[in-house]
Amino acid sequence: MRMTPFLSLLARDIRLATRAGGSVALALAFFAAMATLVPLGVGNDLKLLARAAAGVLWVAAVLAALLSLNRLFQADFEDGSLDLIALSPLSLESVAAAKILGHWLTTGLPLTLLSPLLGLMFGLPPEAIAVLTVSLLIGTPAVSALGAIGAGLTLTIRRGGLILPLLVLPLLAPAVIFGAGAVRGVLDGLSNGALLFLAAFALAATVLSPFAAAAAVRLNLAG
Amino acid sequence: MPSLFTYANPKRFMDLSSALLPWLTVATVLFLFAGLVLGFLSPPDYQQGDTVKLMFLHVPAAWTAMMAYGLLAVASFFSLVWRHPLADVAAKTAAPLGAVFTVLGLVTGSLWGRPMWGAWWVWDARLTSFLLLLFLYLGYIALWNAIEDETRAARAAAILGLVGAINLPIIEFSVNWQTLHQGESIFREGGPTIASVFLWPLGFSGLGYTLLFFTLWFVRIRTEILERRARALLLAGAA
Amino acid sequence: MPVFNRSGRVAQLQFLTVDRLTAIRGQRVLFRDLSFRVQAGQVLSLEGPNGAGKTTLLRMIAGLMAPAAGTIAIATDADVADDSEERGKRIGWLGHLDGAKSQLTPREALAFYARLYDTHGAIDEALALAGLTKIADLPCQYLSAGQKKRLALARLKLSGRAVWLLDEPLSSLDAEGRKLVAEIVSAHRLYGGIVIAATHEPLGVECVRMTLGGGA
Repeated sequence: MRMTPFLSLLARDIRLATRAGGSVALALAFFAAMATLVPLGVGNDLKLLARAAAGVLWVAAVLAALLSLNRLFQADFEDGSLDLIALSPLSLESVAAAKILGHWLTTGLPLTLLSPLLGLMFGLPPEAIAVLTVSLLIGTPAVSALGAIGAGLTLTIRRGGLILPLLVLPLLAPAVIFGAGAVRGVLDGLSNGALLFLAAFALAATVLSPFAAAAAVRLNLAG
Repeated sequence: MPSLFTYANPKRFMDLSSALLPWLTVATVLFLFAGLVLGFLSPPDYQQGDTVKLMFLHVPAAWTAMMAYGLLAVASFFSLVWRHPLADVAAKTAAPLGAVFTVLGLVTGSLWGRPMWGAWWVWDARLTSFLLLLFLYLGYIALWNAIEDETRAARAAAILGLVGAINLPIIEFSVNWQTLHQGESIFREGGPTIASVFLWPLGFSGLGYTLLFFTLWFVRIRTEILERRARALLLAGAA
Repeated sequence: MPVFNRSGRVAQLQFLTVDRLTAIRGQRVLFRDLSFRVQAGQVLSLEGPNGAGKTTLLRMIAGLMAPAAGTIAIATDADVADDSEERGKRIGWLGHLDGAKSQLTPREALAFYARLYDTHGAIDEALALAGLTKIADLPCQYLSAGQKKRLALARLKLSGRAVWLLDEPLSSLDAEGRKLVAEIVSAHRLYGGIVIAATHEPLGVECVRMTLGGGA
């Protein structure tokens, strides 16, 4: 793989996501707004909130990341850029990897950085906040990676944004289970190995997804 | 006029399945009947009473739902690697059937659970992973329906089918892990061991469900092939 | 025209061949057993009614789409690229979509593509050639359709690729823009490149003409 083309695609995607109208600010706002709505719904019992915090924040992070996923390839497909990118020296697998990395850097990472603040507001003790942050840091790449498969598959579907969550959410169940489970383990004073499982899951997903996503994009370009 | 069917020959499947279907149907009826009758005649369980009889409806449904996804994944693999239209059709038609057996497994599981757990739904590992399996099926069906071009829809669905098949054991593992680690044990891992009086009816009804799936599957594949032929003829006539 | 081959060495472009190519869309045959050859230094003008398969043919040559049957090869004096991946790396693409991102300026867009294609073309020169120097730092959302097309032409020029595939290159261009197309196409031809253009109107360049469709 050549580095200059890979980095240029990555840099362009980050630039597009961070410019006005980009997805970073939107994802962060969505994440915070969802996390705010939950205590309004379930009441302000801090004990209850602390128990629910990891699950709520993990689900909110997954949904916030999904928001921008359906545009991952579609934006480039609609204006013809994807053809130009496909004809570049990069293989479609590398293109998918660059897009996944770019998506994670502009959603998963900022969400992770915001999560300690929200964890604090949910009454999580410091050590649980630390584990929550670590779990999001190692788990959210899997969200971008598996989401990229869904984005590739729904590339040519006009209402693809509606189908994508249905395709991707069941696949992400292990990330939510292990991510939130790690934090609950801290609250219960158990060491349950969740972070290791989460890391293994995220690693496998990140390594394998570019191939599936590239296959999906290739097939849709031929349409 | 070359069409999908110039490149593959589903004719052999049509001949084979039309010879096989009557036998399959008879065998399905016999085994299901035997399984249900023996099931209802079996003695009540010392712990669960008569509700144990739901097992003969639930366990085979769950098994068939899993098998259907396995077959869907195998067909997807054939479809991607050898681009065989029959594999496309086989995968496509397995999905709605698998989804129905999954729903059947969920409903009977919930009915079975009510007297045991005192609630219609508990987040037991098996029920939860079946619910996720249902979503995998629904996503697969939705993707098929959303892509208009048939060949492209088949390939996209095949990719999703394979990704789902790789992920399914991990989902299963994670859900089991969660149930074991949430502190409040609802359902003992492994469940009650099965007494031999229940084994025969379970075997019969399991075989009956499996045969039922294959019967319905073959009928659905035949219908889909005939539909595609009819459409190809109409298009050829219009051109 | 020089082309980098698989091992990174420079080779000279010779020709592009299409051999017994068949395209099927849905259940309909777009073309069957299509064969032709374009020599280095030639311009092929693809003509024919809408739906004849011009865009499909271009996409197949680029390797973006697989044919139902037949082969396509781009040959140099050192090798023959006949698989889609290798072919794609010799293609300069100008689709009917402009590929302009509304948030990026023309200069940023060209800098991105120059790095993506790993070429060392001069961005300022390409901007000047396309007449975009004055608006080089204005986000593309403020550009007209014609200006975006010029940007696409600058990008094509900058790509450094030997075989240009152009899908309706003249659409949305004014007289001056059309002259620009004719200029860069002739320059590419004289340089020993290959140009295949699907077009409804004459390119204004010396070219071989081929009509698709009518007989499907």
